[in-house]
Amino acid sequence: MTQPGGTAPLLAVRDLKTYFVTGRGGGTARAVDGVSFELYPGETLGIVGESGCGKTVTSLSILRLIPEPPGHIRPGSYIEFDGRNLLTLAPRDLRAIRGNRIAMVFQEPMTSLNPVFTVGDQIAEAAVVHQGLSRGAARARAIDMLRLVGIPDPETRVDDYPHQLSGGMRQRVVIAMALVCRPQILIADEPTTALDVTIQAQILELLERLQAELGMAVMLITHDLGVVAGTADRVVVMYAGQVVETASTAELFAGPRHPYTEGLLASIPRLDRPADRLTSIPGNVPAATHWPAGCRFHPRCPHAWDKCRREEPPLLDAGTPGHTARCWLVVEPQRRRPAP
Amino acid sequence: MLRTWVSLAVLVAGSTGGAFALRRRCERTGRGRRFFRHPTATTGVAVLTFFVLVAVCAPLVAPYDPSAQPDPVGLQNRPPSWLHPFGTDLYSHDVLSRVVYGAQVSLGVGTLAMLVALTLGAVVGAIAGYTGRWIDAVLMRLVDVGIAVPRMFLLLMAVALWSRLPLGTLIVLIGVTGWFGTSRLVRAEVLSLRERPFVDAARALGARSGRVIFGHVLPNAAAPLIVSAALGIGHVMLLEAALSFLGIGVRPPVASWGNMIADGRDLLTIAPWISLVPGLGIAAVVMSLNAVGDALRDALDPREEAT
Repeated sequence: MTQPGGTAPLLAVRDLKTYFVTGRGGGTARAVDGVSFELYPGETLGIVGESGCGKTVTSLSILRLIPEPPGHIRPGSYIEFDGRNLLTLAPRDLRAIRGNRIAMVFQEPMTSLNPVFTVGDQIAEAAVVHQGLSRGAARARAIDMLRLVGIPDPETRVDDYPHQLSGGMRQRVVIAMALVCRPQILIADEPTTALDVTIQAQILELLERLQAELGMAVMLITHDLGVVAGTADRVVVMYAGQVVETASTAELFAGPRHPYTEGLLASIPRLDRPADRLTSIPGNVPAATHWPAGCRFHPRCPHAWDKCRREEPPLLDAGTPGHTARCWLVVEPQRRRPAP
Repeated sequence: MLRTWVSLAVLVAGSTGGAFALRRRCERTGRGRRFFRHPTATTGVAVLTFFVLVAVCAPLVAPYDPSAQPDPVGLQNRPPSWLHPFGTDLYSHDVLSRVVYGAQVSLGVGTLAMLVALTLGAVVGAIAGYTGRWIDAVLMRLVDVGIAVPRMFLLLMAVALWSRLPLGTLIVLIGVTGWFGTSRLVRAEVLSLRERPFVDAARALGARSGRVIFGHVLPNAAAPLIVSAALGIGHVMLLEAALSFLGIGVRPPVASWGNMIADGRDLLTIAPWISLVPGLGIAAVVMSLNAVGDALRDALDPREEAT
C-alpha cells in the first residue's frame, strides 16, 4: 500500500462546508464544517466518528448527492479530483465521474438495490450508462462482476431479484455495481454495518482483495474502529462536523492525541482486560445547529479547561509527520488530568 | 350462419378453457393464488378473453356485413330468428354482426384511450413527484383544474370544434381528459419512492434524472398503475358509450355499442333487442374489468408479499 509522501493526492478535500437549513427558525445545521483531507492513490483511508458527526454528509458531498434544498455546499469549499473542482463541475461532467471514476457503496444493501430489477441489470447499469454496452455485453459483464465479488454460480444468480439473495450476497452485489467501471476511488459508507459479524469480515476481506486487484483508493466510512484497524492505512477521525485527528492507523492506535480518539479507543471491548462495564464517552454529539463554542468536544472532555471553552483549537501538528490533532493538549500536555 | 355458430362455440370453449388453464398455471405462485382467490376473477378473465377474441376474429364470427342493409322495408326490427340470432334494427342491419364489429370499436377505444391517459398521467405524476418544488406545484394545480372541470363538458366543447369527429381524435380526447387521477396516484407513489436509497444509488452511478425517474422509480409504481388501468378501461368504455349515445362519439355507419343503444332507444317497446344486446355487452365487459381489477389489486399488493 502506498504511503503519503512523494505522490500527489488523488482526491483533495479542502475546507468543505455542507450546511442544511432546517425548517421554521431551527437555524442552520452545520453538518460538515470545514473538513479537509487527502486521499492518495491505492490507499485505504478510514473515516471514523459517531453517528451525526458528518461522515456520511462528507461522502455524499464529494459526489454532490446532497439534497438541495435543504442542503447546500458553501462557496469556498473545494474538492479537487483530476485537476478539477468537483463542486463547480457542470452536471454533465459530474455524471461522467459518478459511478465511472468515483463510485459509492451505500450503507443498506437491503434498500440500495431496486426491488423490481434483476441484480444483473443493476450491476450492468453503470457500464450501460457510461460505456453504452449492448444487452449481451452488459449481461456478460454482470456475470464477470458477480464472479469477481465471489458469488457462486454467477450465470444463474445474474437473473435473480434482490429479495432472493441473503444480506451478505446483496452487499456483494452492491459492491459489484460500484466496481463495474473500475473506478479510481471507491467510497464505502458503512458497508458492513447492516451485516452480521462473520459476513462483515468476509465483505472487508473482499474489499481488500478487490482493492489490491484493481489498484483503487478506498474511502472507508465507519463508526467501528475495529473495522479500521484491520483495513485502513490512514485514519481521519471526525467529530461535530470537523476533523479532530489524522494519523496513520498504527500511530493512531498506539498514541492517540485527541481525547475523543482516546475515548473511542477505550470504548472498544477488549478480551485481554476484564471489565464489568464497557467504557463510554459521556454525553452525546451536540445538535449540528448549536455546536458548542471553543473546542466542540469540551463539554464531553475529561481534560477541558478555560481555554477549551473560549478558543477553538486548529489542527495542530502532533509530532510525527502526517499526525495532526485538534486539541490544546498537543501544545499544553501538562494540562492532561491523570485517569481516575 | 354455420360458420358463426361454430366460431362462437370455439371462442366460448377457448376462452373458458384458457382462463382455467391460466388459473392452474398461476396457482403455483403467490401472486397468482391471490389473484384467483377472488371468486369472480376466473369468470372475469374468461369473459374478457371471449370478447377480445370476438373483436379480433370479427370477420369470422359476424354472419353479415355490419353496415349492409339488405331490405330496409321487409327486414326492419325483426325479432331474433335463426338467420338473425339477435334480430335486426331499424335499418335492417343484423344486430349480431354489429355487436361483433362494435366490440372492436368499443374495446379498442377503451384500451387506446386508457393507454393515452396512463402515459400522460404517469409522465406528469412522476415528474411532479420526483422534482418537487415549483414544478410539482404548477403541475398539480393544473391537475386540480382538470379535475374541477366536468369531463363531459370538456368533451362536448371539443366536439363543437370538430364537426365530424375522427375515431383517432376521439381516442386522444378521451385520453387527454382522463389522466388527472392517474397523475395524482403516480405522484403520491413517487413521493415515497424517491426517498428510497436505491434512488441515491442510481444517481451515484451517474444516471441522469430522466433515467432515474423513468428507469428506476416508475417501474416500482407499476402495480397501482396496472390496477388503475384495468378499472379505467371500463370507465372509458362507459364514457365512449355515453358520448356515442348522445350522438357525438362514434358516428354511424361505424358500429359501436354506445351508438347501437342510441339507435334502439326509441324502439325499446317494440324491438328491445336492438339496445339490449349491446347494453348487455357493455355490462359484461365492465363488470369483468372491475372483477379483474379488484383481483389484480389484491394480487399486486406489496403488503401481502410474503417473500
